[in-house]
Amino acid sequence: MSLAHAIQTMIARNTEKVREINRRYARPRLVMSPAVRWSLLCLRFYLLFLVGLLAYKFITLVVH
Amino acid sequence: MNWVTKFYYQARRVWKAIGVYLVIAGPGLVVMVADNDAGGITTYAATGAKYGYSLIWFLVLLGPVAYYVQEMTVRLGAVTKRGHAEAIFEGFGSFWGWFSLLDLILVDWLTLVTEFIGMTAALKIFGVPGWVTVSAVCALMGFMVLNGRYWTWEKVALIFCALNLIYIPAAFLVHPSVKDVIGEGLIPHFQGGFNGQMFFFLMANIGTTIAPWMLFFQQSSVVDKGLKEKDIGFGKLDTIIGAVATVVVAVFIVIVTGTVLNGVDIDDAAQASKLLMESHHYAGEFMAIGLFDAGLLGAICISLASSWAFGEIFGWAHSLNNKIKEAPWFYLNYFITLISAGAVVLIPGAPLVLITLFVQVVAVTLLPAALVFLILLLNDKKTMGEYANTKTQNVINIAIVAVIIALSTLYGISTLFPDMFG
Repeated sequence: MSLAHAIQTMIARNTEKVREINRRYARPRLVMSPAVRWSLLCLRFYLLFLVGLLAYKFITLVVH
Repeated sequence: MNWVTKFYYQARRVWKAIGVYLVIAGPGLVVMVADNDAGGITTYAATGAKYGYSLIWFLVLLGPVAYYVQEMTVRLGAVTKRGHAEAIFEGFGSFWGWFSLLDLILVDWLTLVTEFIGMTAALKIFGVPGWVTVSAVCALMGFMVLNGRYWTWEKVALIFCALNLIYIPAAFLVHPSVKDVIGEGLIPHFQGGFNGQMFFFLMANIGTTIAPWMLFFQQSSVVDKGLKEKDIGFGKLDTIIGAVATVVVAVFIVIVTGTVLNGVDIDDAAQASKLLMESHHYAGEFMAIGLFDAGLLGAICISLASSWAFGEIFGWAHSLNNKIKEAPWFYLNYFITLISAGAVVLIPGAPLVLITLFVQVVAVTLLPAALVFLILLLNDKKTMGEYANTKTQNVINIAIVAVIIALSTLYGISTLFPDMFG
């Protein structure tokens, strides 16, 4: 078996594994109460804010 | 005669309880002492050098903070028998699961590089070349995991935890004034007033108190050790003892640098060791040994936190009780993480300072999410039952988590924008 074939097989196997994980955890087990939904929404905004800051820092570094 | 019998049975009960504790002890103690990793030692050394003993009271306050956060992982792990990564996937779905897992892998790897930086810098003081340190550490950590028993790994880790107490004799060697330590250190105040620089140091100390890997590590460790609901009490006791140990070590580092290097700006703990050696040779050497040990403990825990998390999600065998043949992917992941992080330190001209700074930034992308998930999971009464957070625990934990998130975020941002706090 060539190296390329081995790599191809490994990638295919792992892609299938990731798909299987996504299927297994497709539905969150935790009840999505208002408190949980609100917390997750805040987390999304928080992460967007951080990504924005990182992007700003990166752009200012490149420009200067 | 009656009191003799009572005393005998009481003593037997206590002795039995100590015996059970010694069997269960480990995860809490190891994670808490490893919390004082190479980055932590640098932070405490710099704090002592900058502000003398005046912030000891603040470090004492951080003990309960660390305990309240970490004990939640004990309950979650013992009840669900799942690690934190798996609990997030299951509780919140694959989006948050992948986010946490991939972020954890990145943060852990970067932190592992900083542990190697600390270890090589520490042993360089004794004339040991970097490549020897990295090779020896990888070999030692390989030996620790490859014997195929969690118990052995944990006991070796506990020996390194004990070595972390080397800062206590170091403090006695520099002859601090006990009156000054108590007078200046235990009365809450801000020396020189509360300003931007003081705020930065407070943030840095909080930032080192709770790291993302600690949550993942302790929960997985509790699961791998096989703790059950009935062991939660002892698991909490283990975490309390660990929290006390971590504060004691932090305080004694501050005492050492606060006594000898008061007013000196310190960039890293290795520099502090060298400066100490000029006036107190053995104290400086102890500081360097402690720095190496702290880096090693951090590396021991961090590399496992990643491998456990990957194993949980991909369904590989992922226990230290498995032999290498039984859990090849788990050990492969462990060694790839370990060796690649060690190799980075040996690359000439590698951007090590940038990596050290970047760790703080990446950590604040994961820590708030992991803490919020922890609180939400601990409120899932369906799974946690009687071990779910009570109202009082929620008030305390939510307050602590809010403060940690705010200050660690500001600390991360201040790394990006260094002039923010003057």
